[in-house]
Amino acid sequence: MQRSTQNHRNNHVVHNASLYNKPFVEQFEETPLLVAVLTYVGYGILTIFGYLRDFLRNRGVEKCHVARERDEQKDFVPLYQDFENFYTRNLYMRIRDNWNRPICSVPGAKMDLVERASKDYNWTFEHTGKVVKDVINMGSYNYLGFAENTGMCADSATGSTHKYGVGVGSTRYEMGNLDIHEELEQLVARFLGVESSMAFGMGFATNSMNIPALAGKGCLILSDELNHASLVLGARLSGATIRVFKHNNMVSLEKLLRDAIVHGQPRTHRPWKKILILVEGIYSMEGSIVRLPEVIALKKHYKAYLYLDEAHSIGALGPRGGGVVDYFGLDPKDVDIMMGTFTKSFGAAGGYIGGKRELIDYLRSHSHSSIYATAMSPPVSQQIITSMKIIMGEDDTTLGAERLKQLSENTTYFRRKLREMGFIIYGNDDSPVVPMMLYMPAKIGAFGREMLKRNIGTVVVGFPATPIIESRARFCVSAAHTRDMLDTVSHLSETRTHTCTRHA
Amino acid sequence: MASGQQWVLVEMVQALYEAPAYHLVLEGILILWIIRLLFSKTYKLQERSDLTEKEKEDLIEEWQPEPLVPLMSKDHPSLNYDIVTGPPSHKIIVNGKECINFASFNFLGFLDNERVKQKALTSLRRYGVGTCGPRGFYGTFDVHLELEDRLAKFMKTEEAIIYSYGFATIASAIPAYSKRGDIVFVDEAACFSIQKGLQASRSFIKYFKHNDMEDLERLLKEQEIEDQRNPRKARVTRRFIVVEGLYINTADVCPLPDLVKLKYKYKVRIFLEESMSFGVLGEHGRGVTEHFGVNIDDIDLISANMENAVASIGGFCCGRSFVIDHQRLSGQGYCFSASLPPMLAAAAIEALNIMEEDPEIFTILREKCKHVHKALQEIPGVKVVGEAYAPALHLQLERSSGSRDTDVRMLRSIVDYCLERQIALTLARYLDKEERFLPPPSIRVVVTIEQTEEDIEKAASCIREAALAILK
Repeated sequence: MQRSTQNHRNNHVVHNASLYNKPFVEQFEETPLLVAVLTYVGYGILTIFGYLRDFLRNRGVEKCHVARERDEQKDFVPLYQDFENFYTRNLYMRIRDNWNRPICSVPGAKMDLVERASKDYNWTFEHTGKVVKDVINMGSYNYLGFAENTGMCADSATGSTHKYGVGVGSTRYEMGNLDIHEELEQLVARFLGVESSMAFGMGFATNSMNIPALAGKGCLILSDELNHASLVLGARLSGATIRVFKHNNMVSLEKLLRDAIVHGQPRTHRPWKKILILVEGIYSMEGSIVRLPEVIALKKHYKAYLYLDEAHSIGALGPRGGGVVDYFGLDPKDVDIMMGTFTKSFGAAGGYIGGKRELIDYLRSHSHSSIYATAMSPPVSQQIITSMKIIMGEDDTTLGAERLKQLSENTTYFRRKLREMGFIIYGNDDSPVVPMMLYMPAKIGAFGREMLKRNIGTVVVGFPATPIIESRARFCVSAAHTRDMLDTVSHLSETRTHTCTRHA
Repeated sequence: MASGQQWVLVEMVQALYEAPAYHLVLEGILILWIIRLLFSKTYKLQERSDLTEKEKEDLIEEWQPEPLVPLMSKDHPSLNYDIVTGPPSHKIIVNGKECINFASFNFLGFLDNERVKQKALTSLRRYGVGTCGPRGFYGTFDVHLELEDRLAKFMKTEEAIIYSYGFATIASAIPAYSKRGDIVFVDEAACFSIQKGLQASRSFIKYFKHNDMEDLERLLKEQEIEDQRNPRKARVTRRFIVVEGLYINTADVCPLPDLVKLKYKYKVRIFLEESMSFGVLGEHGRGVTEHFGVNIDDIDLISANMENAVASIGGFCCGRSFVIDHQRLSGQGYCFSASLPPMLAAAAIEALNIMEEDPEIFTILREKCKHVHKALQEIPGVKVVGEAYAPALHLQLERSSGSRDTDVRMLRSIVDYCLERQIALTLARYLDKEERFLPPPSIRVVVTIEQTEEDIEKAASCIREAALAILK
């Protein structure tokens, strides 16, 4: 069992190493002091310029491109506070061309981008009519390469469209429960190794509609610091008390659990009805993997329930593609609620929840989705069925096993390469999500644009998705990437960034 | 300089001698107090519990949580969904029996339209199925941009934004604009997705009686009086009215011209939810604004889902750029969720094409609705709830038995009776405990353009027989 070195923050030390059957190596290097100072200075300058330009815009000196309220409604209460949009107007607008890039092909390992140009510094975009071909795609969540328009999946989805059409027109509870949905749910349950499962039309909505059905007033939700917006929204809508523990920090979680059980609800001290722990398999902004063996040990000891959101990890981790549970070699029955999405590794859309039969039966009648939301589209369901069968090897080919191996090799190779070049990479060594730190605001825009010039499509993220000084570029490794593509990307990253992104 | 320093020191010592005694004593006590505070142990109030470690362990041992989910009875209706084999088209196979479909929201019959399917297939062969990313990170396809453009042109607004799930559309749009401290006036019969959007927004919600403009005006006047008491707060509190075009729970239409008058009188913004009326009302299918002849710019935001008339998946919001553009960064269901699969967007574009080419279908649909409405009158024991031109009507019991469960069971027997005789109907489903104003139990009857006169006659007579047989 490896131990982390001195550089790392304390919360990433493995506490109970005996629960792990393989080394758990995660690194989150501290921001070097000089870089932090320079980043704050950079933001400070941008803020001053922002105020200056707002002033000029108000005076009419600078042309104002911002859309305005109707004249008839000028005396209404303003719809937006000026300050709310300060960041959008003055910082986001400058580098807006790095996001929302339209594509016009399959989002596979290589894609075609629609070329855009802006004459007024990103306020409006025009399509030049040209297409940028064969851009290496390091941004799409295509972990197993199932985003394809030919092959078994596309053929079966075609057949499904011919047979069923595209829409469903009703909810699951009313007249929208098709036989293909039942088939899908049985397959998902088999894939995960649980008793029963249920599928929903949207991954985000799976969280926001089902957590309220499971927790309510008088319950306690312990949620990781860096949980996704859908988990936070679901927890808020449930009406339960929410307490946040430090990211992936088992000491913090244990302390919260002990305090909660010993002291009960605030003020009345009544015992909590139930405690629900919300964690994700892979955190998409950090690239870290949840410490599942320790979480399960804690949950068993304190009798809490575990809700595991495997949006990014299902299909991408584990020798059989079974997600974090498979990766750590644990029993799926230990996780009370296994949730995941079909968007990332299966090349479709939607989400699922798997667990015991009683849980799923309860959700069938009490989930907001089965009663009020339209059922999943048939060709999308068929795509999931086919791709899942391929991963499980039930289609009599070895395609699934090959892709799983390829993804694992690509991940290890890419991370090692970037680290050798001296970049600061966050996250677990086995996670296909690779965040590369940039820190400075100017670099966010520069990196994104320069990589695009060299035909590589990357994703850059800044505030508010990340802490203000920790902007990063995020690469998503896919089984469809070849070694050459990964080499190209890492070499070009090196030539385009300055020394400040390297190790201190 | 040493001499300078010495000189200052001498001055200090002199000052000490010259100060009055109480002054020195006071300062001495203060210094001792500071030293004590600096060295005393800090404690947090929370941790200061009088429990020993052993007692804590005992408490942890003893605590028993509730089961994760309560036990469900074996014959709960939801455990036995009706299974549809094959496509949910006009002739639908429910639980193995072929029936005429009066239950799917396929108003314009696009669910099994060949043109729509072909376009979806072309898109599938070009893009694959999924988009593998949210709109911000290479999940924006040219199909999405085209669909947004077409929707904006169709509705004659500046801009439109699409979501990948119908339920999430209005549920993400409302919290993007209305925050804590703002006020929202909502009709009591608002659908569940509006209620979830309101809950997520944390604003003050004021319900007015269904379609009762006087009640709404009363609430607005009360708010005006509140405002005069606190004008500073009133200047920053946003107000909204949220209504539906055609209500899904009661199948009647909102009085839009009156609402617009109230809007300008009390300076409130209107959000209109048009899931049931988009593609149904209006000469060209533009919804309730066209039906009443209201200027579309008077409505701040129109939201609709594409799962009813348009027979695809997803939803959209349209309005002026000033309003809609904000959702691109603050609509949760837009920013944090994968985008709509391109084949579903292509299907929606083709449906729009057909709607634009052939505006006759809306008139035909409304005629059929009137026909069905008329045919379902005069059934003993059940009453028809809804406007004559609403495509989704409710059949409620004329006299309730007093218990909701019994009512639901009786209506379910009527539905089963009709399913036996090859008419597919469904009960309108609600989450009993979560709905704010639970509508009475009812059977949902959906009118589609593909139903013929014979179909409608057969359905009406079947329901009449069932009502006579079951509701003696």
